[in-house]
Amino acid sequence: MSELNKATSTVESAEKSDGNDPDQEDLFRIGCHTFQSRLIMGTGRYLSFEAMQESHFAGETECVTIAVRRERLHDSSGRNILDFIDAERLVLLPNTAGSYDAETAVRCARMGREILRHLENPGADWVKLEVLGDSRTLLPDPIELLKATEILVADGFDVLCYTSDDPVIARRLKDAGATSVMPAASPIGSGLGILNQNNLRMIIDDLKRDDPDFPVIVDAGIGTASDAAQAMELGFDAVLLNSAVALAEQPVSMAAAMRHAIVGGRLAFHSGRIPKSRYGSASSPDVGVISHRIQPKTD
Amino acid sequence: MTQVNIKVNDEEQRVPAGTTISGLLDLMQITSPAVAVELNLEVQPRHQFDSCQLSEGDSVEIVTLVGGG
Repeated sequence: MSELNKATSTVESAEKSDGNDPDQEDLFRIGCHTFQSRLIMGTGRYLSFEAMQESHFAGETECVTIAVRRERLHDSSGRNILDFIDAERLVLLPNTAGSYDAETAVRCARMGREILRHLENPGADWVKLEVLGDSRTLLPDPIELLKATEILVADGFDVLCYTSDDPVIARRLKDAGATSVMPAASPIGSGLGILNQNNLRMIIDDLKRDDPDFPVIVDAGIGTASDAAQAMELGFDAVLLNSAVALAEQPVSMAAAMRHAIVGGRLAFHSGRIPKSRYGSASSPDVGVISHRIQPKTD
Repeated sequence: MTQVNIKVNDEEQRVPAGTTISGLLDLMQITSPAVAVELNLEVQPRHQFDSCQLSEGDSVEIVTLVGGG
């Protein structure tokens, strides 16, 4: 058995021993939230609020992430994005996007919480923590990220950490009390899909060892539906994406594609894929073949 | 009326002495409920908006929610 297959069996057997009945509804539990959908969608980069709203609907998402920014002091007549997010159906996940140090990220998180508390939205006490280290790659700064995680966990937040595909940092974030660790498949908005499948597998395997319900989410880099399916097949609990839908030529149908891919990938993960083999293995019986060109195997 | 100099979202502003956070939001014509206010880097709970008065040199951040991923 290959190392990759061993990792899969570890995760699967852990889920089975947890009493996971395949006939039961496969719910996604994270912090104090329970969702049927495993697709978390962004709210940025859409051509219009209407396109965003329709895409959220087509993706059947139940959770969308939203950023905190300075109020525009001289042009407050614009439409409010919250009017296009159905608060009855969608939980808001505030994020700290655009923060380059722990202090800014913590301030963003606390202000996001204050807004959501006032709106009485159930997303008030969790945050997607993003602390970037470089504006060109948009890769996270692991040191500031860990620092911010510690502060926000101590402050009572459920912290969902956007991180790189480094298994060691992923472990440190979980040890610091993160509610979920969310490694990037590839840089934010790059659409490159999963670049280091082996590292992502290590992260899932490590964080779920002895803790199979710990949610691990792929965040960033998804380009198309097969990337999302692949992530779910690896054993991720959910997919968080924005640009892949918002910037698609047809965002609404791409959102539907993502929904199907995630459902399909999740089912495949639970179904136990066949091992990979270098050689062919016929599906029809060798015995009774009418041609003499193919000799039945005797062993 | 005495004025105080404050900073709002990094812009210099002059407001009447005794202006509260609620008063500042009124002056700025910010009516959205989806805002949070930070005074000198400390988030201010909504229930203090009416009582919290701004002083000379205060730095205020007013933020809202926008689209993002």
